[in-house]
Amino acid sequence: MSNLIEPLPPSPNGHAGGDVASEELVGHGHFVTHFDEPSLDYGVTETKITETTLEEMRSIAARYPQARSALLPMLHLVQSVEGRVTPAGIEACAEILGLSAADVSGVATFYTMYKRRPVGEYHVGVCTTALCAIMGGDEVYARLQDHLGIGNDETTADGKITLEHVECNAACDFAPVIMVNWEFFDNTTPEKAIELVDQLRAGAEVQSTRGARVCTWREAERVLAGFPDERADEGPTAAGPSLLGLRIAEERGWRAPDPEHVADRPDEGGR
Amino acid sequence: MTDLLTPVLTANWADERAWKLSNYERRGGYDALRSALQMDPAEVVTLVKDSGLRGRGGAGFPTGMKWSFIPQDNPKPKYLVVNADESEPGTCKDIPLMMASPHTLIEGVIISAYAIRANHAFIYVRGEVLHVVRRLQQAVREVYSAGYAGHNILGTGYDLEIIVHAGAGAYICGEETALLDSLEGRRGQPRLRPPFPAIAGLYASPTVINNVESIASVPSIIANGADWFSSMGTEKSRGMTIYSLSGHVANPGQFEAPLGITLRQLLDLAGGIREGHQLKFWTPGGSSTPMLTDAHLDVPLDYEAIASVKSMLGTKALQCFDETTSVVRTVLRWTEFYKHESCGKCTPCREGTWWLVQILQRMEAGRGQQGDIEKLLDLCDNILGRSFCALGDGATSPITSAIQFFRDEFEAAMHTPAWELFPYERSTIFVREPAGA
Repeated sequence: MSNLIEPLPPSPNGHAGGDVASEELVGHGHFVTHFDEPSLDYGVTETKITETTLEEMRSIAARYPQARSALLPMLHLVQSVEGRVTPAGIEACAEILGLSAADVSGVATFYTMYKRRPVGEYHVGVCTTALCAIMGGDEVYARLQDHLGIGNDETTADGKITLEHVECNAACDFAPVIMVNWEFFDNTTPEKAIELVDQLRAGAEVQSTRGARVCTWREAERVLAGFPDERADEGPTAAGPSLLGLRIAEERGWRAPDPEHVADRPDEGGR
Repeated sequence: MTDLLTPVLTANWADERAWKLSNYERRGGYDALRSALQMDPAEVVTLVKDSGLRGRGGAGFPTGMKWSFIPQDNPKPKYLVVNADESEPGTCKDIPLMMASPHTLIEGVIISAYAIRANHAFIYVRGEVLHVVRRLQQAVREVYSAGYAGHNILGTGYDLEIIVHAGAGAYICGEETALLDSLEGRRGQPRLRPPFPAIAGLYASPTVINNVESIASVPSIIANGADWFSSMGTEKSRGMTIYSLSGHVANPGQFEAPLGITLRQLLDLAGGIREGHQLKFWTPGGSSTPMLTDAHLDVPLDYEAIASVKSMLGTKALQCFDETTSVVRTVLRWTEFYKHESCGKCTPCREGTWWLVQILQRMEAGRGQQGDIEKLLDLCDNILGRSFCALGDGATSPITSAIQFFRDEFEAAMHTPAWELFPYERSTIFVREPAGA
């Protein structure tokens, strides 16, 4: 069941839920927050972490003047192996860094990119912060929920798509924006979004609008852990709105001052 | 007279594969590094001070002065940390810069680290931009191979390690002390200041933290001189900067111009507000900067002039909303963002943003209660200046400024849902106007 159709949850601080008739807000883009996510499932003991993983974790730790700095990339690596943060992954980080599992767990549950439930092959994040929401992100998100039959932070039964509404992803001039495994899909519409997820579910190769061919979520997590793939040279230098000012300046012959002939500033009476 | 637009940082964004070292060098890239390494580090600091460069991440603190606070008699290692955690709603300049031309940043990193005598530099980039991380990783590998980083750079005896560090999703990590905690492998929560990072930053050592655009501006200053840089801009806001125009404009995009251009001038270049609509409200520098209206179209977009109309230049993220937009809805959505991103460390922000959302949600639904406007203002008064860091302050900006300019919409929220007053489909960019309309 979608979180969206549940009443407003109690706050993490023990307050009662809001007194708004929350059902009226359904469809207008109101969400529960990550504070309300379930905690880690410590009943799960199976793990895909191998000696190779541990060796890679140690190599991450060795990059930094102080090993603990490696914890965030190490948790990305855990996700690339496990498909989420697992108790075994937490124990491995703790052991290598000489921390308690509680310390590591405290960090893992602070950041929204660390997932407590298995993530599908493709993480589809729809920006629903104010500007994207207003320009159509809310409608895109609602249509994707309908189309996929899943709610926020849920995964399709085939394990292909995990849908999440995300906060501002620094692409506001391309609004509304979708991220697939943290690659940009700019200037989206409900129709384009549905076509996109259908292609992903069908196993088609999909190219970001200004990035690389989309890899799997686990492969993306491995890059974030600091183990590059071979896709840096894919995609354009920049696209569309990023180039608008530059194009106008080129057309009109506008440029920064010539350093050989820097004009005196009128407000300083010359230097 | 300086031209209206002055591409410097954006100048190579239309180049084929501008992210490659060879293409960057073809445009004179890393010449500035060679020049800087011929100078004494203190001279580099002085040059950047003289240029008038101020922090492009929001606060506008003079960059060279920040560098000069690093105590060089402190025996601990010095660190340079680049804040590439761009996530302030509306802000979208650093991401395209790092994607298109990571070497502009990395050349700046090496020069800046040399200036403060740091042997380790970190680029803390938000994790949610995979391709940017790739391009940075590759660019760093390239500079090691070229001898611009690592041991004995260009034979000068200067050593520098550069580490690209991907975050994991937390707006608060754009706050510099929270970023440091995060970089130390902890929950990203802000620290009490003093001590300031210049004295006790990363690993309790002297640390400079600068925004991407600030550091990326350094090579051009070294190459062209302090006078060149300060010949652009207004009296106290010098140089060129990237303005990000988004929202209901005909052609959103990035515009690099001298500080002090106006929104009217930028809108003219962008084809104005989308056809058939008018500007209603806008933010000068992201959602944390108090909103302005069409009465402020001619205010120069520099640090002082925007402060004089009781807002902040911030990140120069100009989010424009037209008359179809509900202010109450917009403010609610920003407030939900702050509630979501509050790190929970201090009570005014953690509890305050939660209560603000409760009230704004019922107002959006047209069920505001008598006294709600006063309650919002009272809550804001108890958050502003009473929170641990600027996230709390920023959370109050949209609310107090919206009530100042659009109080009638908050009054209407006592009886009419925002979606009836402002049908939401009209605000989308894929709005279908009825035939004949």
